[in-house]
Amino acid sequence: MSTTALPEGAPAPASQVPKAPSQRKRRSKLRLRNTLMGWSFIAPNFVGFAVITLVPIIALFYYSCTKWGALGDAQWLGLDNFEKLFTRDPRFKTALWNTLYYTALHMPLTLAASLGLAVLLNRKLRGVAFFRTAAFFPYITSIVAIAIVWNLLLSPDYGPVNQILRFLGVDNPPGWTVSATWAMPAIILVGTWREMGYYMLLFLAGLQTIPPELYEAAKLDGAGAVKRFWHVTMPCLRPTTFFVTVMLTIGSMKVFDLVFVMTAGGPGRSTMVISQLIWQQAFVEGDYGYASAIAVVLFFLCLLFTIIQFMVNRRSNK
Amino acid sequence: MKRSLTPGRVGLYAGLILAAAFLLLPFFWMVSSSLKPDNDVFTIPVRWIPEVFRPSNYIDIWTKSDMGIWLKNTLILSVVVTALQLFTGSFAAYGFSRIRFPGRDALFLAYLGTLAVPWQAYMIPQYKMMAKVMPNGGDSLLSIIVLQAFGAFGVFLMKQFYESIPEELSESARIDGLSEYGIYRRIMLPLSVPAIASLGLLTFVNTWNDFLGPRLYLRTRPNFTIQVGLKVFQADATQGSQFGLLFAGSVISVLPIAIIFMLGQRYFVEGIATSGMKG
Repeated sequence: MSTTALPEGAPAPASQVPKAPSQRKRRSKLRLRNTLMGWSFIAPNFVGFAVITLVPIIALFYYSCTKWGALGDAQWLGLDNFEKLFTRDPRFKTALWNTLYYTALHMPLTLAASLGLAVLLNRKLRGVAFFRTAAFFPYITSIVAIAIVWNLLLSPDYGPVNQILRFLGVDNPPGWTVSATWAMPAIILVGTWREMGYYMLLFLAGLQTIPPELYEAAKLDGAGAVKRFWHVTMPCLRPTTFFVTVMLTIGSMKVFDLVFVMTAGGPGRSTMVISQLIWQQAFVEGDYGYASAIAVVLFFLCLLFTIIQFMVNRRSNK
Repeated sequence: MKRSLTPGRVGLYAGLILAAAFLLLPFFWMVSSSLKPDNDVFTIPVRWIPEVFRPSNYIDIWTKSDMGIWLKNTLILSVVVTALQLFTGSFAAYGFSRIRFPGRDALFLAYLGTLAVPWQAYMIPQYKMMAKVMPNGGDSLLSIIVLQAFGAFGVFLMKQFYESIPEELSESARIDGLSEYGIYRRIMLPLSVPAIASLGLLTFVNTWNDFLGPRLYLRTRPNFTIQVGLKVFQADATQGSQFGLLFAGSVISVLPIAIIFMLGQRYFVEGIATSGMKG
């Protein structure tokens, strides 16, 4: 189980037995024909893919080693950008810290919420189909509409959320997106709200693979609902849980659009995450070379977690 | 046997109702506020049902913003991108899953590798390049089409599906004298309608909802998509406290996706299960 499947099997090995020349010729002709045929299928997509994705990714590494302002061409710098990044730039430290802060809270919170929701919905109850749809809906709603609604829901003085909190006896409810302390928790909350339905679907798929006999047996042995959850459900769900954990971690590391539309990194730099800093540096300040260096760091962060996911998947598949 | 209401079941329902409220109240508030006069959106205490209904928000929004143009642009983008992605994606997936040639697997690995790289990591070189070659310095719908139409995701999803179709089917077609293109068109395409539907819906919704790409490339109002336009309108509306209008705009921007989602729910879920879990 993984997001990324390995291409199925290597090409069939050519027979080891020496061939007659005419047969070999026919073989290589067939091979050429297949190659042309294969490329003719792939080419319409590949041309666009190469120009739009592949080339920019490769170019990124070059530009990260250049000085490249709004005017003029990129000039080779070597590793100066990275030296500045890691030793002399407090904004990068803040962005890295904020990204880790987001990850550390968003990942466990969403994991627990989506797992809880899946366990609740994994049974025959009236209205379950409706609930499943409802839970998934935030995930496909546009981020702009979500930001508009939540920013107003969370507005400090008149927003419904703080009114409910006051009603519940909280005298001094948080300032949410306009407060440097509470802006990040607000984004984490909305992020969880948005994504829990998606991960719930993955957990539901995992829950449905658990054989009911296991629960029957546990029941016969006198295990209560809580015990059954910890000793039957959780062990059986381990692959799904791991997968979701890694997906959530990668998703949190690259969090961007949610921050962009809700706070754009503010107030101050309280929600400035790595992706937001890249954007700021490149498209607001026009410092493309240095911004590319930050992007390289993001690239390696995502790569690192993808490799971890990949390796563990392979081990568990064996 | 009629089940009785045990404390456990009561707790279960309470949990479900709480979760549903958390998930859906924001939408409910959005719709209800879109039907209120501007001054009634923020009241103490919160009013979930409008006291005075003002559906005219849904009429005024068309004259107070360029909603019509933005919707038209977004619709054009979504349709063109979806069509291109479906064609190039399914075509390439056939090449990857059914034709053996040297370098194929390495090439596919490159496709997979880029799926792990977030757009914001390579948006800078991409933008600088596009700004040079695209009309109007990148500020055109064409940029967004090119940006979205050749994604690796479609290739990946379709390949996963094709590999579940038995190879013998294309073998026997080959013996009957059908060319590879014929097999693709007459056998694989008709069989992959569910996968095409999943990919089509996911691509349409993603393009409709995309914000960052259009925000970066499209700078002039007549080129805005609904998301970029709505975000700009948010600033104006908040300044003038036109909250009713703002919510009406938000509802209009979400409505097409909500309808598509209701109609094609099954395909969404299948698409996510295929791309997320198998492999």
